[in-house]
Amino acid sequence: ECPGTGSAQAGRAAACQGCLNQGLCAAGAAGPDPAEAAELRARLRTVRHTVLVLSGKGGVGKSTFSALLAHGLAADETKQVALLDIDICGPSIPKMMGLEGEQVHQSGSGWSPVYVEENLGVMSVGFLLSSPDDAVIWRGPKKNGLIKQFLRDVDWGEVDYLIVDTPPGTSDEHLSIVQYLSATHIDGAVIVTTPQEVSLQDVRKEINFCRKVKLPIIGVVENMSGFVCPKCKNESQIFPPTTGGAEKMCQNLSVSLLGKVPLDPQIGKSCDRGQSFLAEAPESPATLSYRNIIQRIQEYCEQHHLQEEKIM
Amino acid sequence: TPAERTNLAGVRHILLVLSGKGGVGKSTLSTELALALCNAGKRVGILDVDLCGPSIPRMLRVQDSAVHQCDSGWVPVFVGQDKAIALMSIGFLLERPDDAVVWRGPKKNALIKQFVTDVAWGDLDFLIVDTPPGTSDEHISTVEALRPHQLLGAVLVTTPQ
Repeated sequence: ECPGTGSAQAGRAAACQGCLNQGLCAAGAAGPDPAEAAELRARLRTVRHTVLVLSGKGGVGKSTFSALLAHGLAADETKQVALLDIDICGPSIPKMMGLEGEQVHQSGSGWSPVYVEENLGVMSVGFLLSSPDDAVIWRGPKKNGLIKQFLRDVDWGEVDYLIVDTPPGTSDEHLSIVQYLSATHIDGAVIVTTPQEVSLQDVRKEINFCRKVKLPIIGVVENMSGFVCPKCKNESQIFPPTTGGAEKMCQNLSVSLLGKVPLDPQIGKSCDRGQSFLAEAPESPATLSYRNIIQRIQEYCEQHHLQEEKIM
Repeated sequence: TPAERTNLAGVRHILLVLSGKGGVGKSTLSTELALALCNAGKRVGILDVDLCGPSIPRMLRVQDSAVHQCDSGWVPVFVGQDKAIALMSIGFLLERPDDAVVWRGPKKNALIKQFVTDVAWGDLDFLIVDTPPGTSDEHISTVEALRPHQLLGAVLVTTPQ
C-alpha cells in the first residue's frame, strides 16, 4: 500500500520498493502539510489559469518567453496577469520587465507584486536584493522556503493568468513549485528549447519530469530557430537541428510543438532594455511566431477551463 | 581521510568553469579546454557536476558509456582521440539518457562529494570541473569538497547581453 506522497514514509516504506516514483518521494519532503496546503489553496483560489515555463536547459529563452507571454496576455486589458519568477539564483524577469531597482511593499493583505501595467503584476527574488549583483547562494531548503512564501504571502488578487518562470534543471525549485501548486491547479507547462541536440537531451528529461509529476504539457516552443539576414534575406541555421530539432522530438514523444521562433537580435536588445519586444518590433517574423504561440496557449487554457466547468 | 588524499593526490591543478547564467557555453568551453590542453601534451580530466543537464558525455561522443569500479573507487571513462582525457559525469550513471535526475539539494550534495573523493583520477596535470548554471547546492558542495586540494581557480563564461 502506498503510504501517500505527503507522508513522512514517502519513498521509504517497504511498499515503495519498485515504485516508479520512489526516488521522487524519497528525495525530500513530498509536499506541503495539510495546513499549509489549505493556506496556499485559499491564497490561490482567485487564480484562474496557471502556466509553468520550463526547460531543463539553460539559456534557451524561458524568461524571455515568460515575459512576452505575460505582455501578450496583458494586451487584453480585461485580463489580469501575474508573472512569478522563481529563478532564485539568476532572476532575469525584473530586468526584462523594466523593473530593476523596484522594491516589494508589504500591506495588511500580504506582499504587493510590482506592477508593470495596471493588469500585469510581477514578483521575483530580484526585488528583494539590495543590489542586482548580490549573489543568492542558497541551498535547496532555503530556496523552497522563499518559493512557498511567494505563493502564500503575495497578494495577487483576482488573476486570470499566473505565469511561473523557472530556472534551468529539474531540482528543488521545480519539485517545490509543482508540489505547492498541487494545492490548487496547474493548467500545464510550456517547455522551451533551442534546435540543437545538446538542448534537446536536457529537454527530454524535462518532459519526463512533467510526466513523472503528472504535469500536463501544453507544448514545446523552439527558440533561436533560424536567422534571416535583414539585408540579403538568406536564412541560416545558427543552431542547426542536427537530430531533427524540436519537431522530431515532439513527434517522438507525442507532445505538441507550439511554434518555432527565429533569432532576432532585437529580442535580446529589448530584454536588456526592459521593453516588450512584441511592442518594439511588431513587424518581426519572431513577433508573429510569439503571437501565434501565445494564442495557442490561451486557447488551451480556455478549453481546459470549459471542460472543467462541464465536469463540475 | 587517506582515500581522499589518494584519489586527488596526483592532480596538479583543479580549474572550475562557472557562469551563473545558463546556456552561455560552459560545457562547450570545458570540453574545448580539455582537448586543447591534451593536444599540448597535458594529462587532463573533466568532472561534470551538472547533475540535471550533463552535456559533456555527448560532446565527447561517449554518451553510451558505462562506468566501472576498481579498488580505489570509480574508474573514469577515457575519451578523446588517444583516450587520454579522463571523464566522470552523472550522465554515465543514468540507465536511460532521457531519465530526469529529479533530486533535491541534499541528494545532489552527496553525489558530488562522492564524485570528488571516489573517482580514481590517477596523475593529472589539470582537472577541469564543469558546473551547472546558478549559485546553489552543486556549487557550494563542489567548492567545499575540493577546498582541501589544489584549487587553481575559476574561469567565468558569459555572452555579451
